[in-house]
Amino acid sequence: MSNQNINKTKEYKYGFSTDIESIKAPKGLSENTIKFISEIKKEPKWMLEWRLKAYKRLKASKEPDWQKPKFPKIDYQNLYYYSAPKSIKDKPKSLDEVDPKLIETYQKLGIPLNEQKKLSGVAVDAVFDSVSVATTYKEELTKKGIIFCPISEAIQKHPELVKKYLGSVIPISDHYFATLNSAVFTDGSFVYIPPNTKCPMELSTYFRINSSETGQFERTLIIADKGSYVSYLEGCTAPMRDENQLHAANVELIALDDAEIKYSTVQNWYPGDENGKGGIYNFVTKRGACRGKNSKISWTQVETGSAITWKYPSCILQGDNSVGEFYSIAITNNHQKADTGTKMIHLGKNTKSKIISKGISAGKADNTYRGLVDIGRKASNSRNYTQCDSLLMGNKCGAHTIPYMKNKNSSSTIEHEATTSKINDEQLFYCNQRGLNQEEAVSLIVNGFCKDVLQQLPMEFAVEAQKLVGISLEGSVG
Amino acid sequence: MLEIKNLKASINNKEILKGVDISIQPGELHAIMGPNGSGKSTLANVLSGKDGYEVSGELKYQGKDLINIPIDERAQKGIFLAFQYPTEIPGVNTNNFLKTSLNKIKKARGEKEMDTLSFIKMIKEKSNELGMNENMLSRQLNVGFSGGEKKKNEILQMKILNPNLAILDETDSGLDIDALKTVAKGVNSTRDKNKSFLVITHYQRLLNYIKPDFVHVLADGKIIKSGSMELAEQLEKTGYKGIN
Repeated sequence: MSNQNINKTKEYKYGFSTDIESIKAPKGLSENTIKFISEIKKEPKWMLEWRLKAYKRLKASKEPDWQKPKFPKIDYQNLYYYSAPKSIKDKPKSLDEVDPKLIETYQKLGIPLNEQKKLSGVAVDAVFDSVSVATTYKEELTKKGIIFCPISEAIQKHPELVKKYLGSVIPISDHYFATLNSAVFTDGSFVYIPPNTKCPMELSTYFRINSSETGQFERTLIIADKGSYVSYLEGCTAPMRDENQLHAANVELIALDDAEIKYSTVQNWYPGDENGKGGIYNFVTKRGACRGKNSKISWTQVETGSAITWKYPSCILQGDNSVGEFYSIAITNNHQKADTGTKMIHLGKNTKSKIISKGISAGKADNTYRGLVDIGRKASNSRNYTQCDSLLMGNKCGAHTIPYMKNKNSSSTIEHEATTSKINDEQLFYCNQRGLNQEEAVSLIVNGFCKDVLQQLPMEFAVEAQKLVGISLEGSVG
Repeated sequence: MLEIKNLKASINNKEILKGVDISIQPGELHAIMGPNGSGKSTLANVLSGKDGYEVSGELKYQGKDLINIPIDERAQKGIFLAFQYPTEIPGVNTNNFLKTSLNKIKKARGEKEMDTLSFIKMIKEKSNELGMNENMLSRQLNVGFSGGEKKKNEILQMKILNPNLAILDETDSGLDIDALKTVAKGVNSTRDKNKSFLVITHYQRLLNYIKPDFVHVLADGKIIKSGSMELAEQLEKTGYKGIN
């Protein structure tokens, strides 16, 4: 840590109410960096200690290397671990200053102009409009006792909940990237749904302008108390322009007795250019615990972006009769790589899990489904059904299915079906003959292929996802 | 409507069409008959612009050269192909597919796109005319359809898209007599003085229900004989060997 940075930290300490937004953490990973983050967030001591514990653990652990997509070594000392939103004057003044390719994508997605500006980080009044919108929703939620706020706020206002559940699904010692996140996470969402409450709306970061520019290390914690229900939508479909940036988020879900959590993701981070230069490393740990009886956790993901996607949203089915679901679409084009799937850990009796995975590979991309179904000794009468379909476009891409199955209970069953197919010339000809051009035809056929997953998404999201499926495969045929 | 002169087509260096001449005027229905492997389906594919063929000769549609026009633009200009083997597209709802196709073509013609309500009303009407069960249209496109259902679905699309030139590639094969009559009825109900048809078939029986203005015999990539309905009747008696 250079003197300059120390000075900055000190300066910051004393001038808190000034322009916090222009402050950056010192480069590199160290105890001081972590203290800096904790301090800037006005965190209580226990939180800092938790982070430092993770950091200590991190120093003793190594990056995993069993994944299929390989990548150049990340220099962790050359990264910024806290880069707060830039000050308003540094932001683009109008959409004219934003990458035209980005705007083109927004237009194709049919994102309204104000929203386009917001996603591009343009400083406009729309942001303030949205703040008031968010407040309106917040009031409605508060009336029902629902807590929905940035996790940094929850750490201060609801320490008892955070202390109880943070790290209870993904322990700080879990694996390198999860540990890294535990040490340096900057922000993310916190949701608590009180007993017997059905959250009246889909919760989404969309409503929360404050954290629309959260860093690379997000932390999300969702707790559904007994008999409650919540549907959470994650992510914006905004491509990012940063190059080979590490994005290592942790998401923990906890469902108590008779509770249900539905978690939907549409991920469209910057995938790199046609030649594979740049793009996000999307190394995310997502895990849900069906802790109570009759609880249910359902993951739906549409992964179209990132240079490398490496994630396994998983369910630990602890409660008897609990249900875990995983619906996934992973599209890789050009030089993109994905190694994604799920883990279903059956511990309770009569637990059920369902996995539907659709992998689409085009260009020179490589797409791997990797999944574990583990039925424990005590998980009697449990069932899993897995279906993995791969679609290949062209002859330079790859698709792989790697299922791991462990069944330690003779009364339980695991079913696995897998198909691999190529997009069919006759199907394309048929669509063309009915007036659709090549890209429309591909989009239609691929959307048909993904239908089982798309229909799991909340309505508004589904429409956007369908368009995204088409856009991400543009130029992949013909 | 369609002028075909000395049309040649090869695939993988193998010549299939070896100089075909046909001239179709608006309002006319031409039938093409011929033995297996004579090039009938290739002709249908080449007319609709399918990739993979090396094509030479003259191909004019509504007075304009067609050879370099891509498939979708030909469709938008009003060329329709009823497929011999309609392909299955899993996960794609038949109704949605038809609506997307119709509106794409309408848009290309500068017409107003159709809203869902009017579309459903129309498709109900047209499918009833063909004795089709509407429920079929909420199923995935051609998936699990019987042979007859697939062919009826092609004729339904023809009725909805309202083409100037409809090419029917062995629409009659594999149909029972009732389905054959329904298909014929579908064709007859769309015939008018501005529309042309090219009906490819193996058998005379379809032509008993849709009266062609001209019958051509295609053998080994060439039209070896053209005539009226009597030619079809003669073929039925003597077979293709009886020609020449």
